[in-house]
Amino acid sequence: MSKQAYQVIIGLEVHVQLKTESKLFCRCSTDFGQPPNTQTCPVCIGMPGALPVMNEKAFQLGIKTAIALNCQIPHFTKWDRKNYYYPDLPKGYQISQFDLPMSCDGWLQIEDPQGEFESKKVRIIRAHLEEDAGKSMHDEVAGKADSSIDLNRTGTPLLEIVSEPDLRSAAEAKAYLTELKLLLTYLDVSDCNMQEGSLRVDANINLHIDTPEETAATPIVEVKNMNSFRAVERALIYEADRQYQVWEKTGQKIGDVPKQTRGWDDQAQITRGQRHKEESSDYRYFPDPDLVPVQVTEEEVVSIRAKIGELPAALRERLVQEHGISPYTSDVLVNQGRALVHYFLEVAQACGDGTAAGNWIQQEVLRSLKEQQLDINDFPISSAELAELLNLIERGELDNSRGKEVFVEMVQSGKSAASVMQDKGIERVDESQLIELCQSLLAENPQVVADVLSGKQQAIGALIGKAKQQNPNINPGSVRQILLDLVQQMG
Amino acid sequence: MSSIHTKATDWLAQLESGSCTSREITQLYLDQIERHDATVQAFLQVHRETALEQASEIDKRRQAGKPVGRLAGLPVAVKDILCSVGQATTCGSKQLEHFVAPYDATVMARLKEADAVLIGRTNMDEFAMGSSTENSAFQLTRNPWDVERIPGGSSGGSAACVAAAMTPLSVGTDTGGSIRQPAALCGVSGMKPSYGRVSRYGLVAFASSLDQVGPLASSVQDLALLMEVLAGHDPLDSTSAPVEVPSYTATVDEPLEGLRVGWIPEQFSSGLNPEIEAAVREAMTVYQSLGANVQEISLPHAKYGIATYYIIAPCEASGNLARYDGVHYGYRTDEQAMLTELRDQLQAAGEAAESIDSPLVRMYRKTRSEGFGPEVKRRIMLGTYALSKGYYDAYYLKALKVRRLIRHDYDQAFENVDVLLGPVTASPAFRFGEKTDDPLGMYLEDLYTVTANLAGIAGISIPCGFTAESLPIGLQLQAPPFQEERLLRAASMYQSATDWHLRRPTLS
Repeated sequence: MSKQAYQVIIGLEVHVQLKTESKLFCRCSTDFGQPPNTQTCPVCIGMPGALPVMNEKAFQLGIKTAIALNCQIPHFTKWDRKNYYYPDLPKGYQISQFDLPMSCDGWLQIEDPQGEFESKKVRIIRAHLEEDAGKSMHDEVAGKADSSIDLNRTGTPLLEIVSEPDLRSAAEAKAYLTELKLLLTYLDVSDCNMQEGSLRVDANINLHIDTPEETAATPIVEVKNMNSFRAVERALIYEADRQYQVWEKTGQKIGDVPKQTRGWDDQAQITRGQRHKEESSDYRYFPDPDLVPVQVTEEEVVSIRAKIGELPAALRERLVQEHGISPYTSDVLVNQGRALVHYFLEVAQACGDGTAAGNWIQQEVLRSLKEQQLDINDFPISSAELAELLNLIERGELDNSRGKEVFVEMVQSGKSAASVMQDKGIERVDESQLIELCQSLLAENPQVVADVLSGKQQAIGALIGKAKQQNPNINPGSVRQILLDLVQQMG
Repeated sequence: MSSIHTKATDWLAQLESGSCTSREITQLYLDQIERHDATVQAFLQVHRETALEQASEIDKRRQAGKPVGRLAGLPVAVKDILCSVGQATTCGSKQLEHFVAPYDATVMARLKEADAVLIGRTNMDEFAMGSSTENSAFQLTRNPWDVERIPGGSSGGSAACVAAAMTPLSVGTDTGGSIRQPAALCGVSGMKPSYGRVSRYGLVAFASSLDQVGPLASSVQDLALLMEVLAGHDPLDSTSAPVEVPSYTATVDEPLEGLRVGWIPEQFSSGLNPEIEAAVREAMTVYQSLGANVQEISLPHAKYGIATYYIIAPCEASGNLARYDGVHYGYRTDEQAMLTELRDQLQAAGEAAESIDSPLVRMYRKTRSEGFGPEVKRRIMLGTYALSKGYYDAYYLKALKVRRLIRHDYDQAFENVDVLLGPVTASPAFRFGEKTDDPLGMYLEDLYTVTANLAGIAGISIPCGFTAESLPIGLQLQAPPFQEERLLRAASMYQSATDWHLRRPTLS
């Protein structure tokens, strides 16, 4: 059978841990990395008789995120029990939201500055709150079948964000996740740390394959265990290819086999079928009688919306419009987060040149941050100091390349531009000084003059080097122009 | 010193006047327990030493003129379903036989704060599921009026210990009648407060939307006293109501002028024991003689009460009891025996080994099979089934709708009357084992009581007569949500005109 054209259909389920001091239904701390089972209480370990009380802060963070995802916020929402047995789920059910989630019907816009796919709105089915389970740690040593359970995480607030299957490639999936993470970071609702599990991604994927007879849909597979965005991208590429091969071999279509769950093996770079879960697939949802439904008023929504601040999409647009930077630079800056954008805006305002500020930050500042593994908040050059440096360059006190030299020294020493220039003896060279220097160089090197006059302009380069040796503050471009002008006059 | 039949409110007056001490009172009841609990078996635990220590400590404070709590020095027995820090809280189940609660139920904290002397923990049907206390995993509690008969349930221990004068006050819980029915069968007074009136925090859940904690005692005045301590909003229970608690004791003796009493003809149809019918009808004439207006009222959906209750309660229970899985606390099956059995089966199975349950699933199943009694299992299965895919709408959702209708019936009835009057049970206390093989017959014990739980209203049971066999008969009064004050006053009017509540069983 020859290879058919196919389309990949992907929907993502993202679980985000909300940044709250305490858990969703009790007062235990949500701090990560504490000794096992030290952040627990009768409520989160499911003691007989213990009752949940909703954390208002978590609910508000959920609403804030849902609003930013353009979701509808119903005025009435409730809590449901999702029943299944697992050792890290001490109550035997998870408190979640089933038929009346706190938000639904939103969207998130994704774009690719490289133009690999067209900009699109990915629809969001729903975003609802639920409590996290604990962690099971299995002892893999042969003969030791013991497992340990840490319930510190149990009850941590999670926002589950479910997209429609609107994504058509692994690249789109990655772009969606990147944009979602950025949005969450701007909202300051989550740490979004995949290593610590504060952001988790599951994907549902299948293929639509065009055959002469029909468009065949392959069985939907849920892919789990993807611990980075890169892993998501690779797993989806792998899984699409695997499904195509299985389809070629078996012709299996959706509905022919039960929905399968596969785990991504990052070592082997493959997905593996997971053993049927020991939990039931019928979760027997029903309203949790221990909690009261939550009413959300229009005023509350308006008040939370007002506090959200400018979000990435709007910000990218504004930086281009108001500060004259390119869409690409704007994208790079905005993707670094609110703090960097803030830094940019301060520099742009202080130096009065948005383009220069944008270029310098996008190139020099970001490179330096990466090299030093620093956060913009810890960057040694303040926005005022960078603006001062840019002004000095703008006024011609030093040229761009010496400016970069000064910049590097500023990062290392923490000194101001003026003070670094003084240390390095950098000062402005007058036009008359330059002409004098050039005249003496030409007088000392008649062969160069002859070469240039005979058409070999590159011969002038040797003199620029000599000029720099004599006075490191000269601007090579200016020197070059003056030398050429003088030679012309001699000719 | 007065007798063990002294009312709690009278004891309190004597304590305050200094004519007796808490230690003396406590000793008096401990002696009664010593004499008769081997027969009655109301208690799962009697806290002799700590109760006496507590009593002495309270006496010392009172004598020194220091502030003491509302119940200072009065013995209170508590159903073994309320978590009390450092104490075994068994819920009448093997599953929690060795479970020691690491925290206090709000009700326990309130009792401690009120300086109640915690005299012991009382027997109950396992996880409060039952109407005879026969479902306790540990012992049979006997009805003090006839030790061959059941005390009712599930708060059978809490009712029997008051009837046997082993404590002036006790605390029970009522999910479908579990305070009122044993109170009726044991000839004591007991109240189920409105849903949300008393905190459920630390009450081991059976059916969360129906469970309520309430008082049992030998008089309505004493119920009022204990209610003042139990009731009130609790930030730890989202379903507890932020409604102010009036001083029940201040008004309990004031008769209600122009009281309108409703009775429901459907409750007097076939199935009601004629002696109970006669006693309840007699109670109506008592109210008439007290100036009340008695009128017929219809609750058209009440007949669906049992069916509705036995969907909703098991559904909630199936979730609430999922936590007893042997992983974190409570009973766990013998793992060595389980693994040996598994190894043998795997060897025998050969190729078919894949289909054999993993050790984890096996541990769950064996733990729950061994740890729960048959009635609890029955209800977990009922609830699990009713919540399953394809059945939810037909059972659970439908039951919720009927529940609304039942509440609506009550709302309408209470537009015309102040309280509703009727029987608590269709028959008096039955003999042990009589209904063990008839679970549906057992469920009908709740016929007249479940609707109050479904509607969230308040209900009270007070003695209103005896059968020819000298078995107590209960009278039920019901009032709208958070009208406990009205309910207590109406019940107190009756007790001021009758002496049924003063009769005592003879224990040999």
